[in-house]
Amino acid sequence: MTLWEVFIRARRGLSHTHAGSVHADDAETALRNARDVYTRRQEGVSIWVVRASDIAASSPEEKDPFFAPAADKIYRYPTFYEVPEGAPHL
Amino acid sequence: MGEGLLDQVAEAEAELLAAADRRLSRGDDVQAWFDAVIEADQKVEPRDWMPDDYRKGLIRQIAQHAHSEIIGMQPEGNWISRAPTLKRKAILLAKVQDEAGHGLYLYAAAETLGITRAELVDALIEGRQKYSSIFNYPTLTWADVGAIGWLVDGAAIVNQVPLCRCSYGPYARAMIRICKEESFHQRQGYEILHTLSHGTPEQKAMAQDSVDRWWYPSLAMFGPPDTQSTHSAKSMGWKIKRHSNDELRQRFVDMCVPQAEVLGLTLPDPELRWNDERGHHDFTEPDYAELMRVVAGDGPCNAERMAHRRRAHDEGAWVREAAAEFAKKAATRKGEENR
Repeated sequence: MTLWEVFIRARRGLSHTHAGSVHADDAETALRNARDVYTRRQEGVSIWVVRASDIAASSPEEKDPFFAPAADKIYRYPTFYEVPEGAPHL
Repeated sequence: MGEGLLDQVAEAEAELLAAADRRLSRGDDVQAWFDAVIEADQKVEPRDWMPDDYRKGLIRQIAQHAHSEIIGMQPEGNWISRAPTLKRKAILLAKVQDEAGHGLYLYAAAETLGITRAELVDALIEGRQKYSSIFNYPTLTWADVGAIGWLVDGAAIVNQVPLCRCSYGPYARAMIRICKEESFHQRQGYEILHTLSHGTPEQKAMAQDSVDRWWYPSLAMFGPPDTQSTHSAKSMGWKIKRHSNDELRQRFVDMCVPQAEVLGLTLPDPELRWNDERGHHDFTEPDYAELMRVVAGDGPCNAERMAHRRRAHDEGAWVREAAAEFAKKAATRKGEENR
């Protein structure tokens, strides 16, 4: 049986979040199983199921080099900038 | 009841998020990184490097936990068709369905460690992995459904709430979910016993009898005493386990005493009394020799539980085959349409 990863939108306005996984042979059954396993108490208004084998994931071992480009660009944060005294709405 | 525990679950959830914000510096040594993550109370995630024993120990523990949820459906399932009212029946159905769900959350968490569901199911069916000894006791009366909810689920919650802080991410997240749902289980059991103990003298006697039978097996759920526990020290170091067996057992006893008073039922231990010096209740330890016998397979219902689980697996074979065949056909049909 295929392993499916389950993503659930808890309420309208929120993004889908990973909830866990289920086993099923096809997408329709995977959705039903995900409903029964992960939304017994109205935890969701929308479910995505994705074949686990179709997910490409970055590996934790390459964490540093892979995410390095973001680390040394502190000018991407608003706190990098000095706001002159008296300048409104910034 | 339950509220204090639910607060602890919420606290564990908040801690998980707070710890995640701590920045850890990362060197090339994977073991040092793993140790740093544990030290900072952060979570180890599936694709992270981890020591072999950590992985193996977790698989053993999570699998045993998952199997317990699945086998745990049987003693209560025994009373679904004989629940005294339609309301009680609907509640019991929902509860047993929850146990199935908890088993599945846990199997899913175990699978992230690189073992397959089929391997886990086989290990249970072939008796290579264990489940909680408590489910090898029979449910003789309707009151037992109440005693299981109050005492067995109560003990399970005391055991499980600290697991919400466990260092392995998928297990901790599954436990947070499970504990939130378990608190309904404990309350429904308590309500059944309360109703019975405030009913006719026969009903009250039935409630008392079931508490008499379930008390010591529930105390044994916390495992052997600390002096004999084999897996504890390592588990504590890795922050999989947070409290010792004896600590949790004591916590459970202290919790149950005032609850029993409200029920108007007696806990079957003449030695049970408040110890001012210790700030805890003194109590009689369960029979650990009996626990070991039941774990080893010689409890009242071991053979029956395993036979039932095997039968359910065999009788479900055609469903698994049909689902696979259906998926294959649907895929072929789709392929033809797209041509």
